[in-house]
Amino acid sequence: MMITNIEIVPGKRITRHLGLVQGSSVRAKHVGRDIMASLKNIFGGELIGYTELLQESRNEAIARMTEQAKAVGANAVLNVRFSTSSIAAGAAELFAYGTAVTLEKM
Amino acid sequence: MIDLIIFVSLLALGYGFGRHAEKKHYKSIIKREKQYSSLPALTAKTPTMLSKPNDSHLVVGSVVISVDYFKRFISALRNLVGGRVTSYESLIDRARREAVLRMKAQAKEMGANLVFNTKFETASIYQGRRHQVGSVEVLAYGTAIIPMQRG
Repeated sequence: MMITNIEIVPGKRITRHLGLVQGSSVRAKHVGRDIMASLKNIFGGELIGYTELLQESRNEAIARMTEQAKAVGANAVLNVRFSTSSIAAGAAELFAYGTAVTLEKM
Repeated sequence: MIDLIIFVSLLALGYGFGRHAEKKHYKSIIKREKQYSSLPALTAKTPTMLSKPNDSHLVVGSVVISVDYFKRFISALRNLVGGRVTSYESLIDRARREAVLRMKAQAKEMGANLVFNTKFETASIYQGRRHQVGSVEVLAYGTAIIPMQRG
């Protein structure tokens, strides 16, 4: 499964367009991380715990998107975009979407 | 009185540590940017001028950076009079550059020599009472172009 954010893949031809696929994941941080984060808010600097958390949930969003693409019989997802939104206090939604296609070697 | 002492010491802590962290971060950003200067990240959508067959792969880099107490205080003051909030500008600048560097690091690991269609996504993370945690997440993503090995 190829996942990319360009629209045309060099050296390959799109043979079938299978529509939009998407995956999302909502995560909250656990209290320990929140306490560390509020300490960091005094000193400033990177919140490593949050970076990891968001990365994990983004990977999960990608995995869900890939699953959906597999289900419709695609072998690539093109033009992938990411979007992040905070829905509630302490929770964030990570969203990934793209176009499922089948690619063939030219 | 005790409240005031706590406030002033938090301010001083924020100023000291925040300043130190920012300086250190900028130093490492500039150093790594030089290191990755041979791996440009472009915003062009479609790869032109590619003559050899290439492989491509999605690369992602993200970072969450938090403001310090002093900067937050300064920006609150700035809110009264309006104008540029330089303390937040440097924060976002650091986060963007760091995200790009992490993306490039991932691309380099794959043996890429170019990153196309770079896009940014910025989200603020607020939580708790009175926005106790104020931090920003920046995500940079793009398509790494990896020259295929023949043979």
